[in-house]
Amino acid sequence: MGKYVLRRFVNYFILAFIATVTAYITSSAFMDPAARYRGQNPPLSEASIKSILDGHGTNPDVPIIERTWSWLTNIFLHGDFSTTVHNNPVFQEIMTRAGVSLKLLLIGSILGAILGVVLGVWGAVRQYKASDQAVTYASYLIIATPTFVIGVVLMIIATAFNGLIGTSLIRFTGEYTADIPPGVFPWFTDQLSHMLLPTLALVMMGAATYSRYQRSVMLDVLASDFIRTARSKGRTRKTALVKHGVRVALIPMSTYFAYAFGTLVAGSAMLEVVFSWHGMGEFTINSILQSDINAAAGSVLFIAVLTLISSTLSEVLYAALDPRVRI
Amino acid sequence: MATDLPISTTPDTEVVPRRSKPTSRLALVWRRLRSTPRFWVGGIMLAFFVLFALFGNSINIYTPTDQDIYALNKAPSAQHWFGTNTIGQDIYAQTVAGLQKSLLIGIIAGPAASLLAAIIGSTAGYFGGRIEVVIVWFINLLLVLPSFFILVLLAPMLRQLSWMAIVVFLALFGWMIMAQVVRNQTKAIKDRDFVKAARYMGVSTPRILSRHIIPNVASILIVDATLGVVSAILTETSLSYFNLGIQKPDVSIGTLLAEGSGAAVTRPWLFVFPAGVLVLMLFAISLMADALRDAIDPTSGANRD
Amino acid sequence: MTETLSTNRSTPPAQAPILEVRDLAVTFPNPKGDVQAVRGVNYEVMPGEFLGIVGESGSGKSVSSMAVMGLLPSTAQVNGSIRYRGRSLLDMDDHAMSKLRGSEIAMVFQDPLSALTPVYSIGEQISEGLLLHDPSLSKEAAHSRAIELLRVVGIPGPERRVRAYPHEFSGGMRQRAMIAIAIANDPDLIIADEPTTALDVTIQAQILDVLQKAREITGAAIVLITHDLGVVAGNADRIAVMYAGRLVETGPVEQVFARPQMPYTTGLLRSVPNLATAGTQRLVPLEGKPPSLSNMIPGCPFAPRCPIALDICHEVEPELVSHGTPDVSAACHRADEIASGSLTAGTIFPRPEPVEKRVKNSEAERVLEVTGLQKHFPLLKGAVFKRQIGTVRAVDGIDLEIREGQTLGLVGESGCGKSTTIGEVLEMVAPQKGQIVINGVDVSELSKRERLAMRKDVQVVFQDPMAAIDPRLPIGEVIAEPLTVHKVPAKQRHDTVAEMLELVGLDANMADRYPHEFSGGQRQRIGIARALVTNPKLLVLDEPVSALDVSVQAGVINLLEDLRDSLGLSYLFVAHDLAVVRQIADHVAVMYLGRIVEFGSSEDLYDNPQHPYTRALMSAIPVPDPKIERSRERVLLSGDLPSPTDEISGCSFRTRCPLFSLLPESEQHRCTHEDPQPRRAEATLVACHFSERIGELERSD
Repeated sequence: MGKYVLRRFVNYFILAFIATVTAYITSSAFMDPAARYRGQNPPLSEASIKSILDGHGTNPDVPIIERTWSWLTNIFLHGDFSTTVHNNPVFQEIMTRAGVSLKLLLIGSILGAILGVVLGVWGAVRQYKASDQAVTYASYLIIATPTFVIGVVLMIIATAFNGLIGTSLIRFTGEYTADIPPGVFPWFTDQLSHMLLPTLALVMMGAATYSRYQRSVMLDVLASDFIRTARSKGRTRKTALVKHGVRVALIPMSTYFAYAFGTLVAGSAMLEVVFSWHGMGEFTINSILQSDINAAAGSVLFIAVLTLISSTLSEVLYAALDPRVRI
Repeated sequence: MATDLPISTTPDTEVVPRRSKPTSRLALVWRRLRSTPRFWVGGIMLAFFVLFALFGNSINIYTPTDQDIYALNKAPSAQHWFGTNTIGQDIYAQTVAGLQKSLLIGIIAGPAASLLAAIIGSTAGYFGGRIEVVIVWFINLLLVLPSFFILVLLAPMLRQLSWMAIVVFLALFGWMIMAQVVRNQTKAIKDRDFVKAARYMGVSTPRILSRHIIPNVASILIVDATLGVVSAILTETSLSYFNLGIQKPDVSIGTLLAEGSGAAVTRPWLFVFPAGVLVLMLFAISLMADALRDAIDPTSGANRD
Repeated sequence: MTETLSTNRSTPPAQAPILEVRDLAVTFPNPKGDVQAVRGVNYEVMPGEFLGIVGESGSGKSVSSMAVMGLLPSTAQVNGSIRYRGRSLLDMDDHAMSKLRGSEIAMVFQDPLSALTPVYSIGEQISEGLLLHDPSLSKEAAHSRAIELLRVVGIPGPERRVRAYPHEFSGGMRQRAMIAIAIANDPDLIIADEPTTALDVTIQAQILDVLQKAREITGAAIVLITHDLGVVAGNADRIAVMYAGRLVETGPVEQVFARPQMPYTTGLLRSVPNLATAGTQRLVPLEGKPPSLSNMIPGCPFAPRCPIALDICHEVEPELVSHGTPDVSAACHRADEIASGSLTAGTIFPRPEPVEKRVKNSEAERVLEVTGLQKHFPLLKGAVFKRQIGTVRAVDGIDLEIREGQTLGLVGESGCGKSTTIGEVLEMVAPQKGQIVINGVDVSELSKRERLAMRKDVQVVFQDPMAAIDPRLPIGEVIAEPLTVHKVPAKQRHDTVAEMLELVGLDANMADRYPHEFSGGQRQRIGIARALVTNPKLLVLDEPVSALDVSVQAGVINLLEDLRDSLGLSYLFVAHDLAVVRQIADHVAVMYLGRIVEFGSSEDLYDNPQHPYTRALMSAIPVPDPKIERSRERVLLSGDLPSPTDEISGCSFRTRCPLFSLLPESEQHRCTHEDPQPRRAEATLVACHFSERIGELERSD
C-alpha cells in the first residue's frame, strides 16, 4: 500500500516538475523581458537593463539551458523561486495571493458542485417536465456565456441594485474595502459583500456544467435494477430514489470533478481580473502581459500542484463513495 | 464446396417483413432528432446566426472599419443599428465581422481537436501496452499544464502570427479529455464479439479499426466536435478579452467585448449586442449538441422511471 | 400498519386464493404502435402453492409479475384486476403498495449483481427491508436478524459476510442474499423472476433448494417465472405456459408435462435437449419466432408456427378453457382432439429421422492437438492503486485432441477456463506453455502469412449472435467478410454467400437484408454461414445455442449436426449445458479450474461418470420431466467455484468435493497433498484419486 502511494507521489512530482520546467523554458524562449524597460522614461541604458535582467536571472544573452539550470539549482538548494519584475520573491508573492484565489475557488467550486448535483437530480427525476426544461435551458445559457461576460453582467445588475437601494451593499472591486471599521462583524459583512458576485459567477458556472452531467448519470441510475429491488422491499419510489439512486449517482461525479476543475481554475482566474482581486489568476495573466518569466513559471507550478491535489482528492472521494474500488 | 447436400433441417422460410430500404443508423438518428424540440430551437437559432454572419453585412451600409465621425458614441439608431463606438465605428458591422471570425475559429478548431482525440485515443485503446502508458502519461502532463495557461503563455508568439495560429493552438490543447473517453470506449469495443470475430478471421488491424472500431466511437465524437466548437469559441473570446488572442486589425467577438465591457454600464450597446449575439449562438450550438447526444445514444433520452 | 396487516392475514378462509389475476392487460404506448405485452391473463395462486410460469423471452411473463408488484414504469397502461387477499392492488397508490411490498409480497430478481445496490453492505440491504416494515425494531436487532437470515439461505460465516458488499459476493451468494431479503418479513407470496438464469447449473440447483427451503420456512406461495421447463418440472406444483402475452396452457405439472394439450407446449417439450434422451434421438425443431406484440394479427398467435393450424386458428383467438381434463386448461382450437388422444405429440411435431449411427474413425487425422496448454495472467486490484494481488490460473496445463469429423464437447462452469482455452486456440500464437497443433502444424512456428492461411481452416461461432455480427452491415457482407480477407473476387464471393445461406437454411436472396430483420435463431445461422464460408476444417463453437430461446435451440443444434456429417467438419463445442453437449459431442472433456478433470467418449462419460464433479454437474441439470426429476438422486455441490487465484494444495476440487467429505481423514490426506493426474478409470480419463469409490456418493443420500 505504502509503495503505491509513494509511487504515485513520485509520479506527481515528476509531472509537476516537467510542467514547471516546460513553462519556464517556453516563457524564456518566447518572452522578451527587456521590452518593459526599453520604453521607460528616462530611458535606461542597454547595460543597466541587462544588469536588472541578470538580477532576475532572465538575461536573454545567457543561454536558456544555463538560465534554467541556475533557476532550478536555486529552487532545490535554497528554496528560492527567484523574483518577479517588481522585485518581489515569487514564492512569497504566490503564498499571499494563493489565499485570495483559494477562497474564491474553494467556496465557489464546492457550492457549485452541491447546487449542480441537486439540480441534476431534480432534472432527472422530473425529466422533460417544465422545471427540467427550465433548468436545462438555463444551464446551456450559462455554459454558452464566457466567464467574464457573466462577471460583467453581474456587475451591471449589482450597480442597478445598489442604485435602487441607494447604498453600495454589493461591492465588486477588490476583495476587501481598505477603510472598514475594526471588529469581526464589519470585517465579515465586508468580506461577504465583496465575495458575493465573483462567488456567484463561479457557482453559476460550476452548477451549470455539473447539473448536466449529474442529470445524465442520474437518468442511468433511475433505470437500474437496484432501484426496483429497493422498491420491492417496501420503499416508495421517492425514498428509493433518494436513498439508493442519488447515493450511487454521486460516484461518477467524483471523477468528473477532476475533469471540470481545470475549467473552474481558468474561470476563477478570469473572474479575479474582472473583479480586481489580487489573486493568482491576476498574477498569472499579468506575468504574461509583463513578460515576467519567473512569475509565469511559478504560476504554472501553482496550478500544476492544484490540479494534482484535486485529482488526488477526486480519487480519494471516488474510493470513499464506491466500496468496489476500496483497497 | 458441394451444394447438393442432404440437409434435413427444415428450411427457415419464415416470412420476414421486407422493407424496401432498411432503416440505416443515420435515418434512425435523424428520426429521433426530429422529435426533439431542443434540436429545432437550437437549429433554427443557429441557422439564423450563420446567415447573419454570412450576409449580415451585405444589408449594412457601413463596413467594420468605417468611421462615422458624425456619430461618435451613439446609441442604436436607424443609421447604426447597434450604435457606434468612440471613434464612430458601426457596432453592427463589427459584430457581424467578429461573429464570422469566431464561427470560423470554432468550426475549424473544435472538430480538429476531436479528430486528434479520435486518432490518439483509439490508438492508445486498441494497442494498449506501452503505447497506451506513454500516451496516458502525456495526456496527464497536458492536463496538469492546463491548456488555457499554455495558450496564455504562448500568446506573445501568437500575436506575431495570423489568427490561424490560435486555431491551431486551440486544437492542440483541446483534445485530451476526449481522447481519454475515446480510449475507454475503444477498450470496451475491442473485446466485443464482432471485433474478436474479425480478428480470428484474419481481418487486418487497420481494417478492424476503420470498419468496426471507429464507426462505433464516431457517435460520441460527433457530439464532442459540436461541443468543441463551443469551447473553442469561448476560449478564443476569453483570450481576446485579455488581449492575448486575436489582434488588431482582426476583430473577433472577444476583442469587441474587451473594448465594450468597460463601458457596459454607461454605453451598454457596446457590450450587450456582441455579448448577446455570441451567447445566443453558442446556446444554439449547445442545444443541438445535447439533442444530438440524446438521438445518438438510444439509452440517454429514454423516458424511464 | 403491521397490526392491521396481520389482522387481515387471518381473516380469509383457508382455500381462498391469495392472489387472483383477472383479465390483466399491460400496454406500453409506442408511437409505432402500442406494445401489448400482456393481453388478458387470468390465474390465481393458492396459499403455499408453487406456480411456475414458463415462456420465451417477450412472452409477457415478467411484465405480468411486475404488474402484480406495482413496479411497472408509469408509462405502462395496466387494465384488469389484481387482487391480493381480496384487496385490489391496482387501486392502491405507491405509498399503500410499498406497505405491502416486501412484507407480504416479496420478489427475487434475475441478475443479482445489478439488483443489489453496490454501495451498501449486504447486511444493510437486508436490514433495510426489516426496518421499513417494523420501525420499532432496533438497528442491532435488525442486524442480528440479517445474520440469521444469511445463515438460513446458506451463506457460510454470516457474521463476517453480513458486512460484505455485493461485489464481494459470487453470483450464487448474491442470489442467496436476494432470497434472504425476500423472506426477511415472512411474506405470503414470493415472486421469483428468472432467479437462476444467470447462474451455473450447480449453483442453480443450490438456489432452487434454498427457494424450496424458504417456502417451507415461510409457508409462502411461490410464483417462479422461468424459460426453463426443467426447473419447473422439478419444483412447481402447477405450471402456466405463456405465449405472446397470454396464458396458453395451465394445469398440474405432472399432467401438463405428460399430456400437453396446446401444441406450443408440446413443441417446447420436444425441442429441449434432455439428458435422459440426448444423443439417441434427434431434437424436434420449433421454428419461427413469437409474433410482434405491437401489431397483433387476428387469430391464435401461435398459428404461424403451429403445424396443425386450421383456418379458424388464423381467424379466431382461442380461449383458455378446460378440455375434458378438469384441472388443465388450454387455449387451442384443437385441444379437444389432443386431449382425447386422436392427435398425438408425435403427429403434431414428428421427430426427424433418427441419426444414422456414425462410425467414429479413431484413426482419422487429428485436426487439433493441444498439449500442456497453460495460460496464467496477473490479477490486478484497485482502481486507485492498481497492483497485482495474484495470478489467475485460467488454463493450467490441459490436453485436448479432435479428429477429423468429430466433435469434442468442452464443458464446465463459468470461470473454469473454457473461453480462455478457445481464445488461445483461435489466436494461433505460441502459448505461454504447451503446444497447439492445428492440422499437424505447430502454431508457434507459423509465419504471418501462414497464420492467415490457417485462419481459413479454423473458424468460430460465438454465443450471442447479436454481439458477434456487426449490426450496420447487410448479412451478405457479414458472411463475405472472411473471404475479403483472403482476397476472393467479388463475383465468387457473391455466389459463395448465396450457397452458404441455402446451406444454413436461409433464403439466398436475403443477402442484402440487415441483421435486425432476422430472429435470434436465424442470426445464429448467419453466424454459422460466416464461419463456413472459407470451407474450414475445424469450427470452434462458443456456447452457440445458450443465448437462443429454447424453442429455436433445437433447429440450430440439428443444423450443426447435419453440417458436420455432410461436410466432414470437426467441432470444438464449448458449452455449460451438458444436455446440449450430449446431443452433439463424440467426446467430452469436463473442465474445472483450468484443468480437465474427466475426459472420455460421450457414451462412457454420460453413462458412467467417474469424477465426482462430473456426477454433480449432471445431477444439477434439471430434466423436463416431473417424474424423473422428482425421483432421481442428486449430488449437490457445496459452495461456489473458488477464486482462480486461490492456491489449493493437492486436488483443486476437494474444497467442494462431495466424495472428499465422505472419506476418512487418513485418505483425505492424499487429496489435500497430492495433485491427481489423469488416469484411466473404467472407460474415461479421470483426475481423481478415489474415482473407484464414486458409488459411495449415491449410497450416502
